[in-house]
Amino acid sequence: MNFTLTKEQEFVKQMVREFTINEVEPIAAEIDRTERFPMETVEKMAKYHMLGIPFATKYGGAGGDNLSYIIAIEEVSKACGTTGVILSGHTSLCVGPLDMFGTEEQKMKYMVPLAKGEKIGAFGLTEPNAGTDASEQQTTAILDGDNYILNGSKIFITNGGVAETFIIFAMTDKSKGTRGITAFIVEKSFEGFSVGKLEDKLGIRASSTTELVFTNCIVPKENMLGKEGKGFGIAMKTLDAGRIGIAAQALGIAEGALDEAVKYMKERKQFGKPLAAFQGLQWMVAELDVKIEAAKLLVYKAAANKDAGIPYTVEAARAKLFASEVAMEVTTKAVQIFGGYGYTKEYPVERMMRDAKITEIYEGTSQVQKMVIAGNLLK
Amino acid sequence: MNIEDYKGVWVFAEQRDGELQKISFELLGKGREIADKLGEKLTAVILGDKTDDMVKELAAFGADKVIVASHPLLAHFTTDAYAKVICDLANDKKPEIIFIGATYLGRDLGPRVSARLSTGLTADCTSLDIEEETKNLLMTRPAFGGNLMATIVCGDHRPQMATIRPGVFEKLTEDKTKKCEIEKVNVKLTDSDIRTKSLEVVKVASVLADIGEADIIVSGGRGVGSKENFSFLEKLATNLDGVVGGSRAAVENGWVDKSVQVGQTGKTVRPTVYIACGISGAIQHLAGMSDSDFIIAINKDATAPIMKVADLAIVGDYSKVIPEMIAHINTLRNK
Amino acid sequence: MNIVVCLKQVPDTNEVKIDPKTGTLIREGVPSIINPDDKNALEESLRLKDEHGAHVTVISMGPPQAEKALREALAMGADEAILVSDRAFAGADTLATSHALAATLSKLDYDVVFAGRQAIDGDTAQVGPEIAEHLNLAQITYVEKVDIIKGGLKVRRAWEDGYENIEVKTPVLLTAIKELNEPRYMNIKNIYDMFQNKEVKVWNATDIGADVALLGLKGSPTKVKKSMTKEPKGKGELVQLPANEAALYVVSKLKENHFI
Repeated sequence: MNFTLTKEQEFVKQMVREFTINEVEPIAAEIDRTERFPMETVEKMAKYHMLGIPFATKYGGAGGDNLSYIIAIEEVSKACGTTGVILSGHTSLCVGPLDMFGTEEQKMKYMVPLAKGEKIGAFGLTEPNAGTDASEQQTTAILDGDNYILNGSKIFITNGGVAETFIIFAMTDKSKGTRGITAFIVEKSFEGFSVGKLEDKLGIRASSTTELVFTNCIVPKENMLGKEGKGFGIAMKTLDAGRIGIAAQALGIAEGALDEAVKYMKERKQFGKPLAAFQGLQWMVAELDVKIEAAKLLVYKAAANKDAGIPYTVEAARAKLFASEVAMEVTTKAVQIFGGYGYTKEYPVERMMRDAKITEIYEGTSQVQKMVIAGNLLK
Repeated sequence: MNIEDYKGVWVFAEQRDGELQKISFELLGKGREIADKLGEKLTAVILGDKTDDMVKELAAFGADKVIVASHPLLAHFTTDAYAKVICDLANDKKPEIIFIGATYLGRDLGPRVSARLSTGLTADCTSLDIEEETKNLLMTRPAFGGNLMATIVCGDHRPQMATIRPGVFEKLTEDKTKKCEIEKVNVKLTDSDIRTKSLEVVKVASVLADIGEADIIVSGGRGVGSKENFSFLEKLATNLDGVVGGSRAAVENGWVDKSVQVGQTGKTVRPTVYIACGISGAIQHLAGMSDSDFIIAINKDATAPIMKVADLAIVGDYSKVIPEMIAHINTLRNK
Repeated sequence: MNIVVCLKQVPDTNEVKIDPKTGTLIREGVPSIINPDDKNALEESLRLKDEHGAHVTVISMGPPQAEKALREALAMGADEAILVSDRAFAGADTLATSHALAATLSKLDYDVVFAGRQAIDGDTAQVGPEIAEHLNLAQITYVEKVDIIKGGLKVRRAWEDGYENIEVKTPVLLTAIKELNEPRYMNIKNIYDMFQNKEVKVWNATDIGADVALLGLKGSPTKVKKSMTKEPKGKGELVQLPANEAALYVVSKLKENHFI
C-alpha cells in the first residue's frame, strides 16, 4: 500500500496550488458577495488543461489520472468552494458520462471541446419532484421521426446558466419505471431549450445554479447517450464518480478553514496570550486535524480505486458522507475560533461554512450515501 | 599572472549623458581609504565623450590620477565598447583593484570585464577592507536574499574586482586644490567593435527626486492600505523636506512608483532618518534601509520585525500619529 | 529559432529564516523553486515558441535535485532539458559556473541564450554576462521587452530612469528582469506528457568537454573567507502611547538628534 503521491500528482498539486493562490483566492470573496460566475477563472483553467484532467488526450483531456483530478478539486476548494464545484460538476458530471457511455462520434463532437474547456458542461437529473427519489422523473422524451421531443424541467442544475452541453435525463417509457429513463446530450442552442430561474443560495453563491426548461425541445436521436432505458444506470454511475469530486471539494473546504483558524490562533491574543496557547482550542484543532486526515484517506482511496479499475461505489459514498460532515464541523468550529470576527464577511470562514453545507446535500444527500453503504453491508 | 605586478586602486567613474553619477564619488571616497591602506595611487577611469569637466570633478573628490578615454563611441554605454577599452587598459596598466558601481551599467559591465580578465568579481559589496597579512582586499556582501553576510577574497587573481551599490559609502569633501595627474589614452574603437545598435534612449519622466539622495525618507508598506492613504506620508515628507518611499508591496499595489522602491530588489538607502509606516520589515526590505542613521517605525503590530530594527518603534496607527507629528513640528517651528 | 534558457534552482529566500539560537540559516523545509528572473527568461522563450515556433532548451548546472526545476520548465512547455551535474562543479563561484555553462552551450545550437538577471540566493547578476564573454556573444541585460526582427532582435532594456531600445543580431545573450512578463503556470497536459515522453538529459564534466581547471572550487578566483548572519542592531525603544503623545515623543527625539 503506497501512501505517497506519484511525481505527476505532486506536480499537479503544485501547479493547482499556485494557480489557486494567484487566480482563485484573490476573487473568492468578491464573487461570493456579488454572485458573479468567475468566467475568467474557467477560461484560465481551460488554458492549463484543468477541465479535462482524467481523460485521454485523444478526447481533449490532459491524459491524467483520477487522483490528480481529485487533488486539483481539493486544492482549488481550499480557497473557493464555488470554483471547486464548477470544476467537479463540469468534469465528473458531464465529461465523465460522455467518456463512459459516449459513442466515438459523440466523444469527438461533444467530449473534446468540453475536456478542452472550450465549453462548460452540466448534468440535469434533479426535478421539482425528483430529488433524492431520482426515479420520479417527469421530464418526457417522445420519439418523433429523427428526433426526441423533450418536455419538462430540471432544477438546481450546477453550471446551468453557463453550460453549452447538458446531459439530460428524461422518461422515454413511463410504464417501465426506472428502466424507462434515457439519457440525452442536449445543446444549449437546441430549439425549445431555455435556462430558467437562477437560484439565490446560502453558499457557493457564485455557482450558476439554475432551472432548465424543455418546451417541445428538439433533440436529434443520435444524441441519445447510451441505450434507451439505460439512463438511470448512467445517472447512478455518473453520480458515483461525481461523489468523489464533491468529497474532494468538501475536503478542500475543510482544509482551507482549518488553515485559516490555525493562522488566526497564532496571531490573535486574549488574556495576554495567543489563542494557540489555550489547551481547549489546541485540542479542538487536534481533533479537526485527525478528521480531515481521515476524510482525505477515504477520498484518495475512492479515487485510487477508480484509477485501478476496481469498484468504488461504496468507497465514494463513504468519502462523500464523511468528508461533507467533516467540512461542516470544521468550518463551524473555525467560525467559533474566530469569534465575532469569524461571523463577519471580513474573514473567509463564514463563507467556508456556508459553502460546506451543500456538500451534505447535492449529488446524493448524506442519507442517500448511508442507503448505499447500508445496502452494500446488508445485502 | 604575477600578483606583484599589479598595483593601484582603480575606480570606474560612471557617467551618463556627460554627468558623473553620485556613485563615482562614493567609490572614490572608499577607494581613497583602501588606496591609503595599501600605500598606493587612486585612479579614476572615465570613459565618455567631452569629458573635461568631469575630469576636474574626479580630481576634486579624491583621485590621484584620472585616466581619460574619450571617444564619440563612448558617449553612451555599450557593453562591447566599454569592456574593450577597460580590459585593454587593465591589461596594459595592471591595476591591483578595480571598483565599479553596482548600477544597471556596472552590473552589465563588471562581469563582462572580470570574465575577460579571468579574474574574480564580488558584487554588491557593503564593506571593504584590506587584510593585514596578505594585503588582499576583503569584500563583504549580503547573500541569500540578505539573510547572510559573506566575506569574499580573490587571493590568486588580479585585478581584484568589486561592485558597490550607490548609497553604501560616502564621498569625500570636495577639494578643488587637490593635485591630480591626467592621462588621456588613445582609444581605438570602430563601429564594427560594437554589436548592439542603440535606437533610442527614453527617460521616463518622474518628478520624484532620486530617493538615494534624500536625507529623510517617509516610507510606506502594505499597512498603508491604499494610494489615497499615501497622502499622509506625502504630507509628512513635504513637511520634513524629505521624499516618500515604498516597500515592494506598495509598489506592486501601484501605490508608489517603482523608482522609490526600497529594498533588495529596489534601492538601498542610507538616509539620516527613515520613517517606516505600515511596513512589517521583511528581510528583503530591511536589506535596503537598515543602515539608515535613525529608523522610526510606526506599526499597529508591536511584534512586526521592523520594530526590533527600529531605533524608535511606535505602536500605533500611522494615520493618527502622522497628523499629530506634523502639528507638533509646526508648533516647534513657529516658536 | 533556437533558444537556450539557463535556469537555476534556488531556495525560496522569502521563506528562509534565521535560527535565533544558533544564528544560522534554517534551510530545511524551504521549498526549492525556479529562480524568478530565470522564469521570466523561460516565459519569454515560450512566448517566442508560441508565436514564432522557436525551439526551447533549458539547461541548469546543479545537484541532482535540480532536475525538479527542469521538469517544471518542461511542464511549462520547454522542448528539451539538460541537467549539467558533476562533483567537479562543487564550490564554483560565478566564473567557474559560467565556464561550465558556456562549455555546455558550445555543444548546443542556439540563436539566443536567455538567462535571468540574477539569482535570489547569490544575488550577483554575474553568470549571464560571463557566459556571454566566454562564448564571445553580444549581451543585453535588464531586458524588459523582446521582439523578433529580420536577422536578429529588437530589445528594450531597462535603465534606472527609463529604458533603451536596441537592435542586435543573433546570436546574442539576454538577461531577463521581472518586468519582462508574467510567467505561466505548468500545463497539466504537459505534466503527464513530459513524465512519459521526455527525459531530462544529465551531462557531466566530461560530456561538456570543459577544461577541468576552470571548474568548481579550483576554477574559482573568489573564495568565501567567512560567512555570518547579520548582526542585529542594538536595542531600540518601543513606545506604546496614544497617538498624540507618541507623536510628541517622536518629534522631541527628532529635535534632540538635530534631524529637524
